[in-house]
Amino acid sequence: MRMTAAKALVECLKREGVEVVFGYPGGAVLPLYDVLYDEKEIKHVLVRHEQGAAHAADGYARATGKVGVCIATSGPGATNLVTGITTAYMDSSPIVAITGQVRREILGKDSFQEADISGITMPITKHNYLVKDPDMLPYIVKEAFYIAKTGRPGPVLIDLPVDVQAAEIDYQPVEKVSLRSYRPVYEGNIKQVLKAVEAIKEAEKPVLFVGGGCINSGASEEVLILAERCQIPVVHSLMGKGTIPEEHPLSLGLLGMHGTVSANLAVSECDLLIAIGARFSDRSTGKVSTFATMAQVIHIDIDPAEIGKNVKAHIPIVGDAKRVLQQILAHIEPKEHPSWIKRVQEWKEKHPMKYREEGEVIKPQKVVEAIWHLTKGEAVIVTEVGQNQMWAAQFYKTKYPRQFITSGGLGTMGFGLPASIGVQIGCPDALVFDIAGDGSIQMNIQELATAVQQRLPIKIAILNNGYLGMVRQWQELFWRRRYSFVQITAPDFLLLAQAYGCRGIRVEKSSEIEEAIKKALEVKDRPCLIDFRIAPEEKVLPMVPAGGSIDKMLVD
Amino acid sequence: MRHTLSVSVENRPGVLARVAGLFKRRGFNIESLAVNITQDPTTSRMTIVVDGEEAMIEQIGKQLNKLIEVIKVADYTFTSTLERELALVKVEATPQTRREILDLTHIFRATVVDVAENSLIVEITGDVEKIDAFVNLVRPYGIKEIVRTGKIVMARGMQSL
Ligand SMILES: Cc1ncc(C[n+]2csc(CCOP(=O)(O)OP(=O)(O)O)c2C)c(N)n1
Ligand SMILES: [Mg+2]
Repeated sequence: MRMTAAKALVECLKREGVEVVFGYPGGAVLPLYDVLYDEKEIKHVLVRHEQGAAHAADGYARATGKVGVCIATSGPGATNLVTGITTAYMDSSPIVAITGQVRREILGKDSFQEADISGITMPITKHNYLVKDPDMLPYIVKEAFYIAKTGRPGPVLIDLPVDVQAAEIDYQPVEKVSLRSYRPVYEGNIKQVLKAVEAIKEAEKPVLFVGGGCINSGASEEVLILAERCQIPVVHSLMGKGTIPEEHPLSLGLLGMHGTVSANLAVSECDLLIAIGARFSDRSTGKVSTFATMAQVIHIDIDPAEIGKNVKAHIPIVGDAKRVLQQILAHIEPKEHPSWIKRVQEWKEKHPMKYREEGEVIKPQKVVEAIWHLTKGEAVIVTEVGQNQMWAAQFYKTKYPRQFITSGGLGTMGFGLPASIGVQIGCPDALVFDIAGDGSIQMNIQELATAVQQRLPIKIAILNNGYLGMVRQWQELFWRRRYSFVQITAPDFLLLAQAYGCRGIRVEKSSEIEEAIKKALEVKDRPCLIDFRIAPEEKVLPMVPAGGSIDKMLVD
Repeated sequence: MRHTLSVSVENRPGVLARVAGLFKRRGFNIESLAVNITQDPTTSRMTIVVDGEEAMIEQIGKQLNKLIEVIKVADYTFTSTLERELALVKVEATPQTRREILDLTHIFRATVVDVAENSLIVEITGDVEKIDAFVNLVRPYGIKEIVRTGKIVMARGMQSL
């Protein structure tokens, strides 16, 4: 069928099952926006800043497992996506970013609003395209979605010159991709799988370490079966949170810098570490040379480049977490290690996550606990970055995968609010709680307008300490309390909420926490922001100083 | 230790930038690089010489493989290969020295490809050591310019990438 490439693009998006795009128009995407004007099947969400579009697409992808799509114009529109794309890249989140570009004839001439976005995003995308031949567009879109969601997922960018969008092409749906150079391996090598089975059989002090790959591949059930069948305690990375219910007796919680004592000690003492879809980031391992020194390491990952990159793997298995676990489960017999389990349970009981109550002073941990309690542990938690993120991770015990959405790898302040928008749009029935900091929320606060326009009942809990708290904590602990530029003022969040058309609640006393959350839960037609005035100098503990051994934690 | 990687890639614009960017980003240093089209016009071959420890080279290979447009990566360091580099060497040549330079050229099975009043251009191919040796021998006559290609390699016998 004859149609413009812009029209064909939208047809392709529909064939990929795209229901929503997050975008912001401009001169170089006018042909595309003209098609979207009449489009009934794809919802367009107008953000207030392109960074918000990328985070929203990312949040949507993380919550639903589908590919998120964002659109921006050329030049500044495209460069505004960069932080969002990098955030998705670092956390292996499948998004497709579509950018306008100046017309082909004036490419490379520093034309108005020209930025070499395919060059700029080379190191932060799984792949990208600059489309010069309009006829190729349907193939490219097919490929882009395929690459974004298969193997180790990641962002893909398609840069589309405005005249390419306007060009007429003969559109034929593309059914299949053929990429000779891209063949992700899903099935584990059986010899390696059997070696792993043997190692699990022999182990006396095994630990399972689950990462974001378990969430991406949907491996929760298999992880739980393996853990229960062989009585293996489970620790998670920040990205792996939600793989198994955290209230499960075998769950030890978060590993690493702000992890639990039991997780850090268990990994330090184990004789077998089974890492699944986890990339051994420095936030998980601390000092590598003292990390899990007693352990044989089985490393299961879909990305061969992750294996052996940070930590030596004795039994590497390249493959999809779910698939490889199924292969292992097919050969594994029940097993028990009562003394190991007993030891681990003792650590767990002796060192729970804790904090000190101080009368009416609001403790952030207590806020998160209250949110957990009042949402029955079933809200989708989105976070900003800093102390708020760590308290959310420590005190909101998740039940299911895709329930905890956070910028782990890049640590992007300003992620939470726009990501919450994507989450709520992807999961209209979910209760979405953004746990925020007063600094981070100001980085993409403009997206409140988007949430109001879309009538999204997102709850935003600002843990307002008047500080860039995490940086302040480092300055307190490692820079002799020299609080250099970490005191941050904020607007009156109540007035701000009002100005944007949100509900706003302020809480200044510990005894009012629950009441406020209950009130917020009643708001169904717009966002509700709660400004919790928390103890300004509360610290996130335990803490392993950067580059330190994870068995040496500051506990108070 | 020095490794020679033979990398087969899609013959498309931007691929070289992706490969070069990857080396820079991951802190790997390219010592020499040669790229050209192969028997299949959709495929180019890159020969990359890189110096580093075993673990680092392995990581380079894996990272290269992750690039969508990289089709295959082989480390030819321990394979029996033919390796060639080509150099053009512009040497000062007076009527007194010209004869000696021509003799040297002859011994090295190199060719004189340009003759001017006071200089010669010698084209020489061979492995790195041979070219180095030739350059060292003609250096006393005065070298005005050297242009060398990156190294290319091919496995001996039936085996191909
Ligand atoms: C975009 C960006 N800039 C800077 C940082 C460095 N940084 C990490 S945490 C943090 C403080 C965050 O402050 P706030 O949002 O108030 O959270 P708190 O730690 O106080 O809970 C900063 C500045 C970052 N992670 N992201
Ligand atoms: Mg703060």
